[in-house]
Amino acid sequence: MLAAILDHYNYWLIIFLMMIGLYIVVSRGNLIKKIVGLNIFQTSVFLLYITIGKVNYGTAPILTGQPETFSNPLPHVLILTAIVVGIATTALGLALVVRIRESYGTIEDEEIAVSEQFQAESEVNQISS
Amino acid sequence: MTNWLHHIPILIVAVPLISAPICVLFTFGANRKAAWLWTLLVSWFAFLCSIYLLNYVLENGQISYHLGSWKPPLGIEYRIDVINAFVLLLVSGISAIAVPFGRLVVDREIEPDRQILFYTTYLLCLTGLLGVTITGDAFNIFVFLEISSLSSYVLIAMGVRSDRRALTAAYNYLILGTIGATFFVIGLGFLYMVTGTLNIMDLSDRVTHLADNKAVHAGYAFIIIGLALKMALFPMHVWLPNSYTYAPSLISIFLAATATKVSIYVLLRFLFTVFGVSFDFIPLTLIFIFLPLAIIAIFFGSIGAIFQTNIKRLFAYSSVAQIGYIAIGIALSNTIGLTAAILHIFNHALIKGALFMAAGCLVYRVGKLTTDSIRGLGKEMPWTFSALVLAGLSLIGIPTTVGFISKWYLILGIMENGWWPLIPLIVMGSLLAVVYMWKIIEAAYFFQAPQDRVPVKEVPLELLIPLWILIGCNFYFGIQADITIGISNEAATSLLDHSP
Amino acid sequence: MRHHLVLRVIAKMLIPFILLFGLYVQFHGDFGPGGGFQAGVIFAAAFILYALVFGDNQARKVIPDKALILLVPLGLILYAVTGFYGLVFGGNFLDYNVLLNSPKAGQHIGIFLVELGVGITVAAVMISIFRAYAGRTRAIDDEDW
Repeated sequence: MLAAILDHYNYWLIIFLMMIGLYIVVSRGNLIKKIVGLNIFQTSVFLLYITIGKVNYGTAPILTGQPETFSNPLPHVLILTAIVVGIATTALGLALVVRIRESYGTIEDEEIAVSEQFQAESEVNQISS
Repeated sequence: MTNWLHHIPILIVAVPLISAPICVLFTFGANRKAAWLWTLLVSWFAFLCSIYLLNYVLENGQISYHLGSWKPPLGIEYRIDVINAFVLLLVSGISAIAVPFGRLVVDREIEPDRQILFYTTYLLCLTGLLGVTITGDAFNIFVFLEISSLSSYVLIAMGVRSDRRALTAAYNYLILGTIGATFFVIGLGFLYMVTGTLNIMDLSDRVTHLADNKAVHAGYAFIIIGLALKMALFPMHVWLPNSYTYAPSLISIFLAATATKVSIYVLLRFLFTVFGVSFDFIPLTLIFIFLPLAIIAIFFGSIGAIFQTNIKRLFAYSSVAQIGYIAIGIALSNTIGLTAAILHIFNHALIKGALFMAAGCLVYRVGKLTTDSIRGLGKEMPWTFSALVLAGLSLIGIPTTVGFISKWYLILGIMENGWWPLIPLIVMGSLLAVVYMWKIIEAAYFFQAPQDRVPVKEVPLELLIPLWILIGCNFYFGIQADITIGISNEAATSLLDHSP
Repeated sequence: MRHHLVLRVIAKMLIPFILLFGLYVQFHGDFGPGGGFQAGVIFAAAFILYALVFGDNQARKVIPDKALILLVPLGLILYAVTGFYGLVFGGNFLDYNVLLNSPKAGQHIGIFLVELGVGITVAAVMISIFRAYAGRTRAIDDEDW
């Protein structure tokens, strides 16, 4: 039982990272920290794909002319695409945070909520008056 | 020498994709009108392609197009059958009608120096949605899903000129949308782990032999949750109301009519084509998770809509409710239920497209859209408001409208499964729709306009014509319903047949 | 600019090698590890390092914003033209076999062009992203150091 758990240590590490990332996204109120959490979450998925592409005793998939065992290159290519998507998401998320900071003066979830609540109330008052 | 018709499946995605970078080049002449015209031409091109594809598929059966001439399952395959040809038609059709509407409202709502990039991003969003629909490769779905999502975050954030809350709406959508997409990829990873393939047809062949495999179960759960988040099924809808409310009008129309629908299509694809109803987990998920959530969605969305004062937000909440109806159709998992779901994907796009378009007209004239600011406008903007009323009737489900057809089929599907208690719930949902639509009608027609308000003119014809074309579609497909019912029925049958 | 003497000298020494390495990863990508994405990022890193050390304004003289706006779509268009080229000569989209006389040569030139397009776009996009952030704040004066 213990051996079975230890043998799959790579999966445990991935699950650990995945949960840390997701937890940060859910629990932190700071918008930048949320994006960092999202990054950790995505990175764990990259590792998941890389780890399933590994073949025992396999080397890097480069043709050398000698008979060799290769790791599966497909997951690497897939993850290359996913990394690019991740970069785009991070860049866009940070850009939004910059703009939020410029118009709200804060990047804390709660303070933004207060500010929006205030804005909504003032709109209602403006109309009824 | 090249048979171009053979290449239509790739052209419908590649042409919008390549036209986006070309659109960027218009910044050198700072020619906003050219960028708009370019977007319009591309949308119409995609629309014509999708009409051709749907016709071809209905007559000759499936198309399979091999990218780079690599044979599937190794290479990426574009596979088109009735259901995705129908969704393609929906996406490109809404775009073809929304872009002509868009020029004036975009001019009003987006900074002049951003408009060219706005249209570029719009084209990318269109590419993404078309790509998700057409591709037969599971990882390709993820890539296109992210193209469309990333561009829609940008497009929603562009609403910041009218209201800064567009930024936080886009940010929240970004966080949740990315979590949804990442869940989807984790699920795919699990499936790839045990099957070693990503082609959807190949996956469905191999998964049938692995019905007891734990990794397949885990993958299934991740994929379904990821997609449910993307399609905004209650309680994963939290990103939707603010995004639709604060987005620019053109984007509200386009996303409300297409974005969630495409995710629903992917969900159908995975539920029925890849896993198949024989897969043990599916009836369980459908009956114990989808059905209750769908019913809660209907009531939560409708009651939420009643309490909104912002009209775009009201429509957004109503979207949450309508996704509930579609989810009920899926949960029935019989032919008529699925027909109803697919019909409602199409019909709801027509209804919400028309409603958000009317809202766009109002924003164009009034600016901030609340039930107070439209008081007494019914007389001043008769064409806009009569369109709004007609679309509202369609939303409620009055006979001769499309809303009636899909609800009728939903009830037929429920009767086939014998789930009688659901019928009053659906009728009650419709009654709630009456209540929230009445709020708008009451404000527009029965309340007096404030004394000090400057008179408001009707919107120009350029906005009215697309709006009334959509209203016309609402009634045309409500009366001549055989066309859409036939297509949906064939799509539903093929989905259920595929499951071995 | 009298400060950071070490930084400036080291950066000036490093930048040519970073660029060279980027080109190696780009053009050796079809024989060994590498390709457009990696090369584009490495190539952009050189320009970003330059901007970090010598200031954003100086970097804008090396690659003006207009050039970036041209380069981002250019790479994508190169990619798509390669795809459509195969389509015109009787293959499917992105079919490299028909690009040249023999399929082997066709595959070679096809992946070369596509990766070149990817490399150009990625490099230009990375520099643009950096610039979009860096350009939003005031440059730090020498006195503030």
